[in-house]
Amino acid sequence: MTVLSIQNLNVTFSTEGGDLHALKDVSFEVPERRIVGIVGESGCGKSTLINAILGLLADNGRVSGGEMMFQGRDLSRLSPREMTALRGPQIATVFQDPMGALNPVISVGRQMTNIQYRSGLSKAEKAERAVAMLRRVRIPDPEAALARFPHQFSGGMKQRIAIAMALMMEPALLIADEPTTALDATLEVATIELLQELQAQIGCSVLFISHHLGVIAELCEDVVVMYAGEVVERGTTRQVFNSSRHPYTERLLDCDPARQSSRTRHLPTIPGEIPDLRARPPGCIFAPRCHRRAPVCDTPPPEETVQSGHVARCHMVTP
Amino acid sequence: MLHYTLSRLGLAVLIVSVAMLILFSMIYLIPGDPAAVALGPRATAAMREALRIKMGLDQPVWVQFWNFFINAWQGDLGNEVLSDRPVSRVVLEQLPYTLALIAGGMVWSVALGIPLGCWAAVKRGSLADRLVGVLSVAVIAVPSFVVAIYALLIFAVSLRWLPAIGAGEPDDLGDQLVHLILPSIAVGLGWVGYIARMVRASMLEVLEAQHIRTARAFGLPDNQITYQYALTIAILPTITLLGVGIGQMLSSAVFAEIVFARPGVGKLVYDAILTRNYPLVTGAVLVTTVLFVLINLVADLIVGALDPRVRSSF
Repeated sequence: MTVLSIQNLNVTFSTEGGDLHALKDVSFEVPERRIVGIVGESGCGKSTLINAILGLLADNGRVSGGEMMFQGRDLSRLSPREMTALRGPQIATVFQDPMGALNPVISVGRQMTNIQYRSGLSKAEKAERAVAMLRRVRIPDPEAALARFPHQFSGGMKQRIAIAMALMMEPALLIADEPTTALDATLEVATIELLQELQAQIGCSVLFISHHLGVIAELCEDVVVMYAGEVVERGTTRQVFNSSRHPYTERLLDCDPARQSSRTRHLPTIPGEIPDLRARPPGCIFAPRCHRRAPVCDTPPPEETVQSGHVARCHMVTP
Repeated sequence: MLHYTLSRLGLAVLIVSVAMLILFSMIYLIPGDPAAVALGPRATAAMREALRIKMGLDQPVWVQFWNFFINAWQGDLGNEVLSDRPVSRVVLEQLPYTLALIAGGMVWSVALGIPLGCWAAVKRGSLADRLVGVLSVAVIAVPSFVVAIYALLIFAVSLRWLPAIGAGEPDDLGDQLVHLILPSIAVGLGWVGYIARMVRASMLEVLEAQHIRTARAFGLPDNQITYQYALTIAILPTITLLGVGIGQMLSSAVFAEIVFARPGVGKLVYDAILTRNYPLVTGAVLVTTVLFVLINLVADLIVGALDPRVRSSF
């Protein structure tokens, strides 16, 4: 069973300089109880993808094609009211910045009870659930924590509170948007382990967005590699990380500091920049930066199946 | 909150003390002998000297200031020249009228300005937003005495819906409220614009914040997000602005009281200046200063009550 199935999703933003094609033919699936990672550099469309799934695209953005099937319903066809009903109980989200993710002037307890407004529980029961969830994310003295405000917690604690809020909803899908990027390395590991543990207990699927390859490799079972608003390669973590076929994935893995075999002062980078998405090249989007470029790359690359479940969008894929 | 309240209170006392020092210096630096002014040109030198001693003008300047300072804190602002009544009593008799006028102006401008600002921010870029923007600038640009005169002409003279002058019968609250309508419109109209613009600007900023995105991602109702999650934060700069803006409102109250022939501190100061009743001017200015500081204190305490970050930074 898949919880979320995205097929040929296109998202366009109207800007003063013309239409910006932010996501182009994005397809992937999030199976039940699995953790799927989305990896890519800044500006690759990760955040746009989340906003499209949540129905929270900016006013000038729209889904211009494709479908997002969530539990049998196409999210792009739901009314704002139906989307609001899904957000929280069905699809919960943990955002990147723990400092700003909680409302600064509303107590943690009030924020945690407010989001349970659809549960039909009494006030005391809601508070009880909040306390139980804070305890599960190891917030010390959870009863007292309810009366406190976000600025009275550390960054790591705030992120755990955000995780508690999201998982308290017992969603079918948890979207984690770079939840550990703003944390230091030790907290990052602890947060990942906590997320893993709670995911197993609650049994939800997770869409985990990160640009940190090590975290993705550690946590995720499937990986989707995005570049300039396109999915360039996807498969199981083992397939993508151990036998990557798309040149972009190869270069991305080469750039990972953890993969450097010798001590170096110069970390490798991918030369060039992400192209202007208002004028996409007709051929492969990565061709201008690609080290294996060939004349055929000026035509749109097909999605080549490397192995069952392992797909790369490149002319150079040799099965 | 206790610590915060005490620190704000301490600051208020300090500000009033400094205001007293400045006020005293101004009186002291005005050329001419207050005793001579009070007694008029036909007084003898002996009479002037007697009054100088009675008023304490023969003392060194720092002793004069200390006496002024101590007396003022005890509520003794001296006696006014014309009737020899205590200044504090004369001012306090007039104060309720001015307070009612300012409160009236503030209440209706807040009650209208905040929803308008929110509405414009939520409907950003729409016709409604642009309309609110243009009207805000328009009402800010019109001086309050012009509003007062036109309100008087339209609603009192032409339409005869509302009374033109006075504050109403002293024992009749309803009559007093009816008399309050036009003056408080005059005092508050510009503030509707200020508040709407201010609330709109800070709402737009807050609505972009990450925590609002979080609230949306949890499917909270739009109204709750706008009025509880966003407005509680967006209102904070407006409250501070209102505290400071009370000063401007006090000055427009002077015009309103004159145009509508209402009793009040503004009218009192105006008359006192015309009759050169300096102790009364000083006393009224001091009372106004204290009022200004008190209202700012209240504004600070409201901000502290709404924003836990402000509370705990003390």
